Amino acid sequence: MPLSDKTERPKDIRYVLKRLWSYLMKYRLWLLAALGLNALSNIFNLIGPVLSGSAIDAIKPDGGTDFAAVGRYVALMIVFYILSSLLSYLLSVLMIHLGRKITYAMRQDAFDSLASLPVNYFDRSYAGSIISKLSYDIDTVNTSLSSDLIQIFTSAITIVGAFVMMLAIAPVMVAVFAVTIPLSVAVTGFITKKVHPLFKRRSAALGELNGYAEEMITGQKTVRAYCAEEEMTGRFDVRNEEACRSFYNAEYYGSMSGPSMNFINNLSLSFISIFGAVLYMLGRISIGKISSFVLYSRKFAGPINEVANIINELQSACAAAERVFRLIDEEKEDANDAVDKDASVSRTDVSIDRVRFGYAPDRPVIHDLNLEVGEGAMIAITGPTGAGKTTVINLLMRFYDPDSGTISVGGVDIRSVSRDDLRRLYAMVLQDTWLFNGTVYENIAYGRPGATADEVEAAARSAMIHEFIIRLPQGYNTVLSENGINISKGQKQLLTIARAMLCDAKMLILDEATSNVDTRTEKYIYTAMRKLMRDKTCFVIAHRLSTIQNADKILVINNGDITETGTHDELMAKRGDYYRMYMSQYK
Amino acid sequence: MKWLYAYFKPFRGRIGLELFIKTVATLMDLCIPWILGHIIDVVIPSRSIGLIAVWGTLMIVCSIVCVAGNISANRLAASVARDTTRNIRHDLFARIMSLSSARTDSFTAASLVSRITDDTYNINNMTGRLLRLGIRAPILLVGGMAITLSMDVPLALVWIAVLPAAIGIFIAVSVHGVPLFSRLQSSVDKMVQVIRENISGVRVIKALSRTDYEKQRFSWVNDEVSANEEKANISMGLTNPAINMLLNIALSMVIFVGAYRVNAGRTGVGTIVAFTSYFAVILNAVLGITRIFVTVSRAAASAKRVGSVLYDEADLLKEESDETARAFICFRGVGFSYNKNRENLSDIDFELNRGETLGIIGPTGSGKTTLINLLMRFYDTDRGAVLIGGRDVRTYDSGELRSKFGVVFQNDILFADSVRNNVDFGRSLPEEDINLALECAQATDFVNGLPKGIDTVLNPKGNDLSGGQKQRLLIARALASKPEILILDDSSSALDYRTDAALREALRSSYAGSTVITVAQRISSVKDMDKIIFLDNGRIEGLGTHEELMKNCAMYRETAELQMGRDINAAE
Repeated sequence: MPLSDKTERPKDIRYVLKRLWSYLMKYRLWLLAALGLNALSNIFNLIGPVLSGSAIDAIKPDGGTDFAAVGRYVALMIVFYILSSLLSYLLSVLMIHLGRKITYAMRQDAFDSLASLPVNYFDRSYAGSIISKLSYDIDTVNTSLSSDLIQIFTSAITIVGAFVMMLAIAPVMVAVFAVTIPLSVAVTGFITKKVHPLFKRRSAALGELNGYAEEMITGQKTVRAYCAEEEMTGRFDVRNEEACRSFYNAEYYGSMSGPSMNFINNLSLSFISIFGAVLYMLGRISIGKISSFVLYSRKFAGPINEVANIINELQSACAAAERVFRLIDEEKEDANDAVDKDASVSRTDVSIDRVRFGYAPDRPVIHDLNLEVGEGAMIAITGPTGAGKTTVINLLMRFYDPDSGTISVGGVDIRSVSRDDLRRLYAMVLQDTWLFNGTVYENIAYGRPGATADEVEAAARSAMIHEFIIRLPQGYNTVLSENGINISKGQKQLLTIARAMLCDAKMLILDEATSNVDTRTEKYIYTAMRKLMRDKTCFVIAHRLSTIQNADKILVINNGDITETGTHDELMAKRGDYYRMYMSQYK
Repeated sequence: MKWLYAYFKPFRGRIGLELFIKTVATLMDLCIPWILGHIIDVVIPSRSIGLIAVWGTLMIVCSIVCVAGNISANRLAASVARDTTRNIRHDLFARIMSLSSARTDSFTAASLVSRITDDTYNINNMTGRLLRLGIRAPILLVGGMAITLSMDVPLALVWIAVLPAAIGIFIAVSVHGVPLFSRLQSSVDKMVQVIRENISGVRVIKALSRTDYEKQRFSWVNDEVSANEEKANISMGLTNPAINMLLNIALSMVIFVGAYRVNAGRTGVGTIVAFTSYFAVILNAVLGITRIFVTVSRAAASAKRVGSVLYDEADLLKEESDETARAFICFRGVGFSYNKNRENLSDIDFELNRGETLGIIGPTGSGKTTLINLLMRFYDTDRGAVLIGGRDVRTYDSGELRSKFGVVFQNDILFADSVRNNVDFGRSLPEEDINLALECAQATDFVNGLPKGIDTVLNPKGNDLSGGQKQRLLIARALASKPEILILDDSSSALDYRTDAALREALRSSYAGSTVITVAQRISSVKDMDKIIFLDNGRIEGLGTHEELMKNCAMYRETAELQMGRDINAAE
């Protein structure tokens, strides 16, 4: 089954916050600096109204105005506002920088984790959903960190400041907030609880949509060949509908928070005016005090309003962060390795002892595989489709581990050496070629950094691809990209063969490496390779029996078991499966 | 981004309603401070409990109307965003599915994926935010302007005078900032490329122990993305503090000018106090407009990317042609080049009758797949014509043309769906046709061995099957509709000889009416075909039956001898 985000473990906000916090703590000095700047900027901003009040007090109707005082206060106001703006810009630069550092670290951690995940994770997952975790999700977290965090600080400072001022003006009237604050806490709590799972579902639905779109766009040519555009668009619509609906559902509750907070503010304003009016009639408060109290209650309410808006964004940031952290925490390939540091492989004879393996526990692909391969031997594996040939390679390279039994190289159990050391022993060419966006040169030299130009060219020549390369527009410096030159599957195979030839490993694995290469070319390649392979242990999987006739030992595999072994001549003499396969070439 | 209007148009009723409700709610929001002022200035001095209760209740009513209006308007906005996004995505996906291969090559698949995911998401966000804030902020600004003007014209003009400066800041920042965002987007594309390569190449990377190098490579693009992100955000981040500063300076100036006007007896102190309280509203409105502006300009880049696909000029349209032919399939003087520079195929001439079989063989890169691409009109020829059923392929509807074919491409893919759906592929074919196709493709045995048989859901790209199993399902897909023309492009390379031979035998017996074109590397796969083409370097080197080619075509003979060894004569 494909990995679906719906099956993720239940969400845990505390876990997400704890992880986020640990990233923040790496930059606690920056964070402290930001806090300080923020406090200063807000205090400067709070001084503004005090100064404007004093300026207004100095204004008297009918010619009594103290213009010197007004000018002084106004000038001070301007200075403080400029300072406050400068500081707040400085603060946002600082926070953006901090956000950059944190997202860089998160993205790198996520990628590093990805790079260390076992092969089966990739076999199960959509590329699209992995990519959306590293781009879209981390982006969401970043936006939230660099803007929302400041907002929260600002709000906190303003709320505390305004609350103190209100207490100073009229402690009795603060009682109004005893009603409205619990109310807003309750409303926020309600919305948060409703919205968090909805945001999670929204991210999941979007991931599903992206995965499907990716799959279909990759296979677009097939879709068109079968005139299935409409049908596939119909299926896309189902996912699109789900993504749009879950967007709406999240928004349905999410967009309540702003207006609700605003409502609570207006409510408290109404209470303050009614309560204030009554107090005034009882002679307990002056109109001036009511007016300043109202001003401060507005200051008090404004940020609370903001916080509510931010909560929305924080919700989606948390859902996104959770997906990223799950990726980071995914079990690594070497999590259960017991590497023996002293073990080192010096010989390249391979022994497979009573190995049993299945991709799914109840579906064994290999039942009981036993094999001894001498150093420098060339072993060919052949057999009908789906017999488990590639699985043997997966086990040799430790892309998967056997369910039982052991594989050893040079007498050392391969589970006791590190995967890197093990894999370095092999050069491998697979049927599914892999080239990356880079020059031809970089692609060939990939397996051996620091190879000289002459070595790269020599490898290309042995792989019979040199002539093709020099006819490319920029020769070895031609960039292989998705929309670049048209390059056939056979040519790709030749390039990957050149890469393997350059590798200089002790052992070689060729899994249908020349299946799309014409026979004449293949013959030349194998001649070149034979020179190269003289003292290397070598595994060749092929259907084309001409490819493997000269192997030291040919294994015929069927249903996960070796049914025949021997040289070509021995097997032909035996008149068994191999003989029948060989003869069927001529039918 | 003008094309977006067409998508909003069907919902203009709902948008109108939303804007109306939002306007009412916003006006209520403006009323509340006014009522408050009235209570302080008029009601309290009157010392009437009754009046206080009336005005207090009115305030609460206003608050309720305001909250109800805003929530329902926001929900309407979300529903409009949902519906427009759904329609845009639908149209975009349908368009992508029908893009010609040449256009897909030039857009690149990766970029198409990001257009349908990221870019439509950005448009969705913009729509929602625009509807939620788009009317509120201007009303607050205009309302604030109107109220202050009604109180004192010269004082109002003092702060209105800074608005052009604020607009200037918007423009300056966005002229500078938007290109930075485009650069950010292209570095994000680069990063996605690296991730994608790491996903598809996981086995090779691990096999070559280059994991650390890949981490390093990722950290380079990661660094570039972060740096561009920082630059773009820092330049955009200038707007808020700058606007804040401008308006606050304007406020200070209002007090200063106000002092003279009060002194001259032209206005009251109360007006200045009222001005200062309305200033908070105005400032928020201007900042709200800035936010809309930033959202829109970011989404504009996305809208452009989506629009360029949606309204990409259609190519490979139906054309007139006088060419006719007697043969079922006919290539007449065909020449073609992908990059319009070096020809990939030249002077291709051959004919094939209905029900005949054709094998195409030749060295790697000789143009075998290109020939198939032209036959199915994935590309148009540069010279000459391709005819099917006596008509130029350019005169067919694409649906009519393609429905003649069953095809397995060289790099064909299976989808994360059940085996049945992968074979049926949305064509609602009869059960027995699907079973026959599976049978003929030699897939029945292994399909029955899957946990849920034909209903087993495969992993993405069929990753849980072996190469040969995948090919057999792909062949079954091609066969299932009993196509007039069956194309197998190197699609038995992962099949062993015996399976391959059984497949060819089954094709002969069960699909005798189909014209079969097989691209192959193995002589044995093509030697029994009615015609065989040996391609080399984009030209036909040999054309005829196996026997004829063995006699006349040196390259063919050499290939055959290599593959079949010296026993060839003995076997025959």
